[in-house]
Amino acid sequence: MSHLLRFVFEPGFFASAPVHVAVVAGGVAAIVSGILGVFTVMRGQSYAGHAFADISVTGGSGSFLIGISPIWGFAGTSVLAAGIMDMIGIRRPRGRDLATGIVRGAGLGLAALFLYWDTTHTSTTGATITILFGSMFIISTSIIPVIVAFSLVALGIAAVLYRPLLLSSVSADLAFARGIPVRLTGVLCLVAIAVSVSLSALTIGTILSTALLVGPAATALRLTSKPGLAIAWSALIGLGATWLGILLAYDSFYWPPAKHGWPVSFFVVTLVFLFYLAAQLASSRRTRSERHAPAPAPGQGG
Amino acid sequence: MTERQPYVSSDEVLAVDGISVWLSGREILHDVRFSLRRGQFAGLIGSNGAGKTTLLRVILGLTAPTAGDVRIGGEPRARRSGGVGYVPQKIQLDPDMPLRARDLVGLGLDGHRFGIPLPSRSRRRLVEEMLRAVGAEKFGDARVGNLSGGEQQRVLIAHALISGPKLLLLDEPLANLDIRSEQEVVSLLARIAKEQQVAVLLSAHEINPLLPVMDRVVYLAAGRAASGTASEVVRTEVLSELYGHHVDVIRVHDRLLVVAGRADEPGAPVSHDDAAPVARAW
Ligand SMILES: Nc1ncnc2c1ncn2[C@@H]1O[C@H](COP(=O)(O)OP(=O)(O)OP(=O)(O)O)[C@@H](O)[C@H]1O
Ligand SMILES: [Mg+2]
Repeated sequence: MSHLLRFVFEPGFFASAPVHVAVVAGGVAAIVSGILGVFTVMRGQSYAGHAFADISVTGGSGSFLIGISPIWGFAGTSVLAAGIMDMIGIRRPRGRDLATGIVRGAGLGLAALFLYWDTTHTSTTGATITILFGSMFIISTSIIPVIVAFSLVALGIAAVLYRPLLLSSVSADLAFARGIPVRLTGVLCLVAIAVSVSLSALTIGTILSTALLVGPAATALRLTSKPGLAIAWSALIGLGATWLGILLAYDSFYWPPAKHGWPVSFFVVTLVFLFYLAAQLASSRRTRSERHAPAPAPGQGG
Repeated sequence: MTERQPYVSSDEVLAVDGISVWLSGREILHDVRFSLRRGQFAGLIGSNGAGKTTLLRVILGLTAPTAGDVRIGGEPRARRSGGVGYVPQKIQLDPDMPLRARDLVGLGLDGHRFGIPLPSRSRRRLVEEMLRAVGAEKFGDARVGNLSGGEQQRVLIAHALISGPKLLLLDEPLANLDIRSEQEVVSLLARIAKEQQVAVLLSAHEINPLLPVMDRVVYLAAGRAASGTASEVVRTEVLSELYGHHVDVIRVHDRLLVVAGRADEPGAPVSHDDAAPVARAW
């Protein structure tokens, strides 16, 4: 038994301080992304979530230039982007892609400049790697309170606006008719999504944060038709992929070719994708068997 | 629950008083006036672009009128006042959306509330009752996005009714329904109007499916409205006056046909869209 445990958890896993931080920060980011991801997918705003991830590159690279933690840059730029998207008109069906595209393009232009400065002025490529692919194992413990505070903001918005957001995802007119301030709830939801993207940008990287936002949610929608349960599943799947990813990344220090360790973000994103495939397979098999079930046609028993 | 108590202080549920609406420099509605009492079933009849949706949106407070006002239950319409159920013309839902019919009906009760709902037996019972009342209990657990048009219509009606409104507005609930479902929905709404003493205002292109149950008709044409009972309004003189050119109202068996005048007549409409709604021939 202890043999098996040692096989799964390489020596020192539970004692490692970077692992502790990664488990906490990565876990929190995964839960928040999983929950906000369900709202993102239901409201058809995956593209906006993607844009927040891209725009976080701008904020992250800017943070390195002025020497603050990238989380401030991630959150600052993506929340700002949420505001601008609303102003341009993300509520209109057509305006949605337009607003997102415009803001995303402008942000990426700046990101190109900042990343260039990061590499030329600070003469390290570490900044770029950290921004793009995350820094789960090198998060400073002093950032944990910030992570927790950001999570509370995003989850607070989701919890308070749960029902109004559900109803306005069904139809803005229905929500209006019930007296819901549709625009305000929409902006707040966008801000919560932006904050959750900034958290996962910190842990698994800006480029990959979309995977943690959309992947677990898309998987959860395959598993259940109940909105509350979908949110719980999504959080659980994100958390599972992240923790398992951390474990595999730690173990991979003992793996070939270089005995150097594989990137944790790779594991997390791959696991998210595998979970999705499994759920897709299970749900298509379920619908197929449902279709075949009520067919006890007479005279069929050859 | 106070929300479900029927409205008692006066009989008049809805008063539309001299409503005019200008949108993008065009007058869409001109001096529209009518009123509805408890339990009355009214059809809002007009062809495409006649202004049915606009009028319903004004009553709901989603569109501000240029002139005139709307009173609901004798009081000026407040932006957030409850008491009005609404079934919009179309909703488009992704089948992937994890929302069951019963969830949508429940949101009709407390969708505007903040926070996460606690499981409640009385809420569940109310939802179940409502699903049964509209004949939707069989697909209560199905995803809303997977329901057929007629099934979705029933669920939306339950959503609109569950908070016990005194006024129910439906925007073309009969579009996309086959004749059977059409009759079923109409008689369901008529029954609800009588049993729950709800005033129902339902927009439609066609007057005939509503004739057997309709207490009042509000006929929209050329931005103006005529209202009264069907036999008062759907007459050659009244509708010709409303359209501003001659139309004939013809009775065939139990159906009314409204036919535009001869095409060569001055002022007669050229395209079918401008013409009066012509009854379907079944
Ligand atoms: N926001 C707007 N700005 C300008 N014109 C508008 C606006 N909304 C509606 N209209 C115009 O007002 C007229 C009435 O539209 P409305 O949607 O009320 O018609 P309707 O009777 O519901 O038609 P349908 O049967 O096709 O649903 C149309 O000519 C439409 O083009
Ligand atoms: Mg309409």
